[in-house]
Amino acid sequence: MQQKMKKVKVTIQERGEPKEIEIEVPDDGQVGWGDVTQMKHIGQHIPRLDGVAKVTGKAKYTYDINLPGLLYGKILRSAHPRARVVKIDASKAMARPGVKAVLLPDDVKGLFNKECRYAGQEVAAVAATSPDIAEDALALIDVQYEKLPFVVDVDDAMKPDAAQVYGDRKNVSDPRVREQGDVAAGFATADVVVEATYRCQVQTHVALETHGTVARWDGDKLTVWASTQGVFSVRDELAKYFNLPATQVRVITEYMGGGFGAKFGARPEGIIAALLAKKAGAPVKLMLSRKEEHLTTGNRPSSIQQVKIGAKKDGTLVAYQRSNYGTGGVAGGAGIPAGPYIYAVPNFRVEQRDVSTNAGAQAAQRAPGHPQASFGMESVMDELAEKLGIDPLELRKKNDPNKTRQKEYDIAAQKIGWERRNKTPGAGSGTKKRGMGIGSCTWGGGGSGTKAQVTINNDGSVEVKCGTQDIGTGTKTIIAIITAEEFGLSPQDIQVRIGDTDFPPSGGSGGSTTAASVSPAIKSTTMLAKQKLFEVVAPKLGAQPADLVARDGKVFVKSDPSKSVAWKQATAQLADGPITIQGEWVAGYSDTGVAGTQFVEVEVDTETGHVQMLKVVAVHDCGLVIDRLTAESQVNGGVLMGVGYALYEDRILDSPTGHMVNANLEDYKVVGAMEVPEIEAIFYDEPHRGVIGLGEPPVIPTAGAIANAIYNACGARVRELPITPDKVLTALAQTQRKEG
Amino acid sequence: MQSFAYVNATSVDKVASLLGRTWDEAQVIAGGTDLVGELKEHLISPKRVVNLKTIPGLSYIRQDAVALRIGALTTIADIESNPIVQKQFAALSQAAMVIASPQIRNVGTIGGNICQRPRCWYYRSEDFPCLKKGGDRCYAVAGINRYHAIFGGGPSYIVHPSDSAPALMALNGRVKIMTSTGPKEVGMDDFFTLPETSVRRENILKPNEIITEIILPNPTPNAKSLYLKVRERQSIDFALVSVAAMLTVVNGVCQEARIVLGGVAPIPWRTPDAETFLRGKKISEAVANSAAEAALEGAKPMRDNAYKVTIAKALVRRAVMALG
Repeated sequence: MQQKMKKVKVTIQERGEPKEIEIEVPDDGQVGWGDVTQMKHIGQHIPRLDGVAKVTGKAKYTYDINLPGLLYGKILRSAHPRARVVKIDASKAMARPGVKAVLLPDDVKGLFNKECRYAGQEVAAVAATSPDIAEDALALIDVQYEKLPFVVDVDDAMKPDAAQVYGDRKNVSDPRVREQGDVAAGFATADVVVEATYRCQVQTHVALETHGTVARWDGDKLTVWASTQGVFSVRDELAKYFNLPATQVRVITEYMGGGFGAKFGARPEGIIAALLAKKAGAPVKLMLSRKEEHLTTGNRPSSIQQVKIGAKKDGTLVAYQRSNYGTGGVAGGAGIPAGPYIYAVPNFRVEQRDVSTNAGAQAAQRAPGHPQASFGMESVMDELAEKLGIDPLELRKKNDPNKTRQKEYDIAAQKIGWERRNKTPGAGSGTKKRGMGIGSCTWGGGGSGTKAQVTINNDGSVEVKCGTQDIGTGTKTIIAIITAEEFGLSPQDIQVRIGDTDFPPSGGSGGSTTAASVSPAIKSTTMLAKQKLFEVVAPKLGAQPADLVARDGKVFVKSDPSKSVAWKQATAQLADGPITIQGEWVAGYSDTGVAGTQFVEVEVDTETGHVQMLKVVAVHDCGLVIDRLTAESQVNGGVLMGVGYALYEDRILDSPTGHMVNANLEDYKVVGAMEVPEIEAIFYDEPHRGVIGLGEPPVIPTAGAIANAIYNACGARVRELPITPDKVLTALAQTQRKEG
Repeated sequence: MQSFAYVNATSVDKVASLLGRTWDEAQVIAGGTDLVGELKEHLISPKRVVNLKTIPGLSYIRQDAVALRIGALTTIADIESNPIVQKQFAALSQAAMVIASPQIRNVGTIGGNICQRPRCWYYRSEDFPCLKKGGDRCYAVAGINRYHAIFGGGPSYIVHPSDSAPALMALNGRVKIMTSTGPKEVGMDDFFTLPETSVRRENILKPNEIITEIILPNPTPNAKSLYLKVRERQSIDFALVSVAAMLTVVNGVCQEARIVLGGVAPIPWRTPDAETFLRGKKISEAVANSAAEAALEGAKPMRDNAYKVTIAKALVRRAVMALG
């Protein structure tokens, strides 16, 4: 009999970017998680199992790895935004006592740069017996640069006479165009048209733990501790670089302090650490500084969106046009989702152009492209609602084809009290004014491709091994929860081991794919292991394996619970030794495609331009929630990153010199405790869909919603992020001039 | 950072001999919240760092019949939580409360706070060899100057970053300085120096001098003070603009006024025109508005910082109304 197949969409990582593909899987006609109301752990608020280890410092991150004879690596970086290395002399550095290895551009092909295209690009590296000596040694390397013309400002880079970042091509790429319907005809039927330009800044990732690697060679075997989102991608990249079989490279990431999309491969600093270790014949730790982190490890590209939107009097959208220019520095990839973000418009044309600048390359950052697109779209929708005289919520409901979001709008509106909001933006007396705004999002969040191994020992102890890694989302905890649910144990009873390429492989943690990749693998593997156990236990209980249930620390007969045996007694009967089962991701336990909406309330001081976040109601669907507490944490973290994007964070490059002026955490401002609003995370539960990732969606709609709330509060439209007091005051002054 | 010798000072009298004739020779450290950043970014490379924390008896808050005396090593946290300061010198306690973060306030000292170096991003990054570091230009002129001076700029356009200094100036404070020839006292008004007189320093201290005490005259009856600060990020940030003010108001009429702006000039910026205007006036919304206009008269915004004028006016207005 031929097996029935079905097509499912999954999100994969392709060159660090999430990409949705369709695959065929066996169709067994049902989804396997069963009745969620009967679940003991899944869907509950369960504190992460390694939380105590993390806050007490017991958890060892890459930074904490210390090995006998460890050396410290540092990288010499280009002092100029565009320059050619004419001469480099490291003799003084090599002579410095304590310096054990120096790597220069000619020593290694394709890693260092003699043609430097941004300030901070890798030029050379050293390893020494202490970080201070390594830093001294960098200063002793004598580099002669030939300085070349450069451009760091995106507007300057688009001018015809701008310095060219790459000699053989223009700074502005040819447009990538996507069209649907007839946009000119669409606008011809519009009763109301709004045109505006929206700008988003460059945001850096600011993971708490900087990028870095500890590398150790044992003969031809390389062991690496890396702060990475993908142990297997790091392994494969290192194996390829050093021409080693994959079996000779081991990558370990037991704990890591955030990645947000910038920590997929080995990256230059990882390869440099391994090269230095090889040359010095000793293990090398190479952790980047905060400044290096801002300059070189990736960022969210900027966006300049020239938008035009048209609607009928009743609010029905008829046409949309957008030209987006974004810079990913020396890299491309500044695109945003190609189309009107989340709303249905029959006629549209969008153009995307990447602009090269002499700045560090972009990297995937938490929902690449989406926050930019959402900010532009949600802002113009608000401006359109104003011009049409329609409630911004009603305009959204009218044009949003997503059924889930339609329900989420009502939940969010009720929770925040949408009816309380200023009916006339800026209305009211006093200098502190409150307002509300809306933003929404879409994402994939599906998974695939994970293997796992479950061992049930004779003493009842359970170990799960999976070569995934926890980038901070609570992966270890959800593995324990799923295993405990299946075996009728407590999450604390499960020994979970992750973050090691010696374990069964899993993919990179990006694109919100981890939960939907790992959970089905754990579910299917634990089911197989349980089946094995039941086969041993069933005869002793006088039942068939299919009649058994594992629950509350016991294995019993479903129809007669008095026929039972404690878990440990059951496992003691494993005459052939422990059960060890390898399993893998199967379809039916996960899904892809989520919708969310966020309503925010802010207070604006109209005399100082200060914006105080008051409340965020975040309604998201993510299918079956495994751990409600870690899911809420994802929403909190995403919202806060969105608040930083909306109000504070900005990578600022100085045009005359090409250097970043705020490569620190003083002037590059991430949110602190006082910037945190009340955040209410609400999940639109759809357990029948299985597990769907949630890491990215909550960051997406925050900035647009905040910009709209600021407008609703004070009547000033700020079309450029971050919305700092100077911009609020400028917009207010323009509004007053218009009125006056 | 470059290696240096570390010396523990043991008495105020002997400090001068441990310090040097130039700043390259020796620098002092107390809380270290400012100096360590400068060392790590290679902005300074002293041969010697002299620890003042080992000098006994420099951390105190005492009041006598005429004045409040604060030892230079008193932490910001101690000042913030002191009941006398809270009650009688509100501008100072309110300023202390909004300095940096709780962790920094626990170690940062009042002496260090008024002597702290600029936070200008061009000064703070070793990538820019600016005037303040002996270079040939102020990068803020052609660069991004949204956090820079609207008063008193040129040739450098830094702003003085201290929150406590405007408050101490509004409270008519004095500083006691130990010099190589003995102690001397100087008013806060005369302590700070503009870039046009000393482009590399922000005050009159010589390399071998330290502040030992802050003296605040006890407030006259009917005198009230406050400190208001606007910053981008409430959790931890330097002021975009702040105002410290002390007004003596009797029956609604202003007898005496001292109004000092922070974050707008290379030094805490007194506003004599506003002060003169207020004397003898009955406080009202209109008077507060006029005082604000007078305070900002003559401001010279740069390309990116005209918004500071708007904020400063609002703060002066609010301060006058709150104290009136």
